[in-house]
Amino acid sequence: MSTGKYKWIGTRVDRPDGADKVTGRARFGADFNMPGQLIGRVLRSPHAHAIIKSVDTSAAEKLPGVKAVVTAKDLPEQPNVIVPAGEMQVNLRDITRNILAREKVLFEGHPIAAVAATTDAIAKQAVELIKVEYEVLPHVIDVTEAMKPGAPVLHDHLITEGVKPAPTKASNIAKRMDNTKGDFEAGLKQAEIVVEREYTTQAVHQGYIEPHATLASAAEDGQVQLWSTTQGHFQVRGFVSRLLGIETSQIRVTPSEIGGGFGGKTVVYLEPIAVRLSQKSGKPVKMVMTREEVFRASGPAPGGTVRVKLGAKKDGTIVAAECEIALQAGAFPGSPLGPACWTSFACYDIPNIKVVGFDVVSNRPKVAAYRAPGAPISAWGVESTLDVLALELGMDPIDLRLKNAAKKGTKTSYGPTFDTIGFVETLEAVKKSAHYKTPPKPGYARGVAAGFWFNVGADSSAASHVAEDGTVTVISGNPDIGGSRASLALMAAEELGVDYSKVRPIIADTSSIGFNFVTGGSRVTFATGLAVVNSVRDMIRELKVRAAKTWGVDPDAVIWEDGVAKPAGSNVGEFEPLTLSQLAATAGKTGGPINGHAQLNAQGAGPGFGVHVVDLKVDRDTGCVHIDRYTAAQDVGTAIHPSYVEGQIQGGAVQGIGWALNEEYIYNAKGRLDNAGFLDYRMPVASDLPMIDALVVEVPNPHHPYGVRGVGEVPIVPPLAAVGNAVARSINIRMTDLPLSPPRLSAAIDAATPKMAAE
Amino acid sequence: MAKMHITTTINGEPTEFLCDPQQSMLDVLRDNLGLTGSKEGCGSGDCGACSITLDGRLVCACLMLAPEAEGKKIETVEGIAKGDQLHPLQKKFVEFAALQCGICTPGVLVAAKALLEKNNNPTETEVRFWLAGNLCRCTGYDKIIRAVMDVAADMRGAAR
Repeated sequence: MSTGKYKWIGTRVDRPDGADKVTGRARFGADFNMPGQLIGRVLRSPHAHAIIKSVDTSAAEKLPGVKAVVTAKDLPEQPNVIVPAGEMQVNLRDITRNILAREKVLFEGHPIAAVAATTDAIAKQAVELIKVEYEVLPHVIDVTEAMKPGAPVLHDHLITEGVKPAPTKASNIAKRMDNTKGDFEAGLKQAEIVVEREYTTQAVHQGYIEPHATLASAAEDGQVQLWSTTQGHFQVRGFVSRLLGIETSQIRVTPSEIGGGFGGKTVVYLEPIAVRLSQKSGKPVKMVMTREEVFRASGPAPGGTVRVKLGAKKDGTIVAAECEIALQAGAFPGSPLGPACWTSFACYDIPNIKVVGFDVVSNRPKVAAYRAPGAPISAWGVESTLDVLALELGMDPIDLRLKNAAKKGTKTSYGPTFDTIGFVETLEAVKKSAHYKTPPKPGYARGVAAGFWFNVGADSSAASHVAEDGTVTVISGNPDIGGSRASLALMAAEELGVDYSKVRPIIADTSSIGFNFVTGGSRVTFATGLAVVNSVRDMIRELKVRAAKTWGVDPDAVIWEDGVAKPAGSNVGEFEPLTLSQLAATAGKTGGPINGHAQLNAQGAGPGFGVHVVDLKVDRDTGCVHIDRYTAAQDVGTAIHPSYVEGQIQGGAVQGIGWALNEEYIYNAKGRLDNAGFLDYRMPVASDLPMIDALVVEVPNPHHPYGVRGVGEVPIVPPLAAVGNAVARSINIRMTDLPLSPPRLSAAIDAATPKMAAE
Repeated sequence: MAKMHITTTINGEPTEFLCDPQQSMLDVLRDNLGLTGSKEGCGSGDCGACSITLDGRLVCACLMLAPEAEGKKIETVEGIAKGDQLHPLQKKFVEFAALQCGICTPGVLVAAKALLEKNNNPTETEVRFWLAGNLCRCTGYDKIIRAVMDVAADMRGAAR
């Protein structure tokens, strides 16, 4: 843990929003209401793929209590332009069609129309009165099927990008991406051992417990207010502005507390509809998704296929590596293909790398970001194949990774050369851990895997205000999804040299602070933290000016230390230090309020690396996996609030365990989702798990004043292969298709067991 | 359909409300009574975010019809703190960082309190199975389980 270098950083203080969140006082998305509000509901497609021949809303409009109905006709057409959205990119032409279908419905659950009524019951009744005439088309769900010639084509205009010469016919392959370093074929010739495997993964959902919710109030003068549960209220503002043609400054979005997002709340579904319903009805409109709607029609993470080929020397040195990935984008192009490709071999210093990726549309909901988008899928393939290699070489899996580990100076396949990183330190921490030094319990097997995430910087704004009594408010604009208020306040208290309890962090709406990019990419503590630190420094600069004025000296002759202004040296004169409260009390005489501001585009987000170890056993009769022990090690830069850093690591690991063992979107022959609920979409529950030991490694990021690296994304990357590798070593079968659910495992065990002699 | 008039007790307060016969207790708590501490994560009894107690029994408010509250005693997350004093579980959850986003926290606290009232010496396995009906997607449960075990230990210490 932190070394005593700091007073506040590295301490486990109570979070500022703690009392609100343990008493039910905190207001989440569905907890906002306005007098006279209407309730909005959405009509969704029952078909996976169909032409919309007509939509008749007349009967719904006539139902007493219905105040507005909207269809795609109420949203202006959008250009074919790609804009950033969270960690992903979206095309405006596509996103308006994702929000309300136009020519076709492209997945079961695709919204077609929405109504606002005085009660929820009337709204539901009205939705059922909308008549839609469909021409049902053949559909395609599976990514491999969708890539085949002759597959039903979702978009007649979709010509594969990244292929030369450009194809002349539309297909479901939106993009091909090539990413190389050195010469893979030449490298492979030097190999003494070659291993190759193919893998699949299924679509999984972020599984945030709070469904999407919004409350919109459009006034007669054109101003719009929105309350929304989102990872980025500035993104909500931007999308509503673009999609409805409203000037950005006319829209004010206040973020509610957010009940989980994990990337899934970086895009918009309800907000533009709610605003349009509010404009048409003249009343505030509240919309909340059901859990079923969340599963069917928000953005899960893609499933896909991964093929990995590794060539190595007998001593374990990897000389050539190839990865081919095809990801489901869902109904519209835009899977996290880039990150999936770029992260695939980012943990390793390999001279010859070839990565090819395909972004493929099919009749599924359009994917959204999910914690380290794309990375767990390629890591599942790469880290599993590394385990095959380790077994064939008879090498310890940590030693194999240490032999090939990326370090400072390693050039990545996607371009950048690493600065100071902590992968070797993380591997060594695992090797030295009590867990790794102790063999698994009898009957249990051990799996190891690593993971990487770039981490993100981007745009942040912050302000710091000294109140009249000398206490401080720190204002930023990123929804606090897991304790970031605490980490921001800790950095502000450290910088200012005052008690943590004197610093109150708040999250401002879009009209009260400058632009902030989404809470995502593990960027808030790094980038918004940097903005907060800079705003405090700006405030300190002003505090020194005020002290100088009080003393009648030059501002350069004042220093700020331990929360007080002091003369820089004895030559300045004999002055008693001035505290924040003293300077605040006289602020009116020295120049007015004392504030600081900062805005930046943060560069130098330090990449993060994780290494996970799991001991488990497989019940050979039921196919159930029992996890006995789990250690997740990660280089976090500096743990600003160690408890929340551990929490990110533990939570990410468990989401990865769910992905590995049980979670999957299951479609039936009609292209409809069969498990759109928490009973059948089986996320980990408390009784599935042991404690998750978070092993925090601190290799400070040289590009942040306190050494911060993002933490949240890395921990979901290793678990898929860590679990798979342990299963392989447990039952001696290399499972290549996720999830490793009981039916799949017991079928594999049965298939591998010699049939009993006919008795 | 005519509304039903229900007389009940919520967090110790005598309470009356009018509801539709098919309305869930969760909807009445949140929409009619303004007690939005209980959350709806699924509406099907799978996530536990709406956990309340009915005459001391842990139930999902989304699966309970509001008229069933007649003559009963209901406790919600809003009733856990007494005056300006947080319950030991509430304090420990903040101290141990047993919440990240906080959406599951009200339900987890109601469920954990119900457990400790029955059994102040639970094993880790007992805590894990008791809370298996409360989904948390942020924490991986580690810090939640530790917080509940620690409060149980404190309670036993105080009882000696």
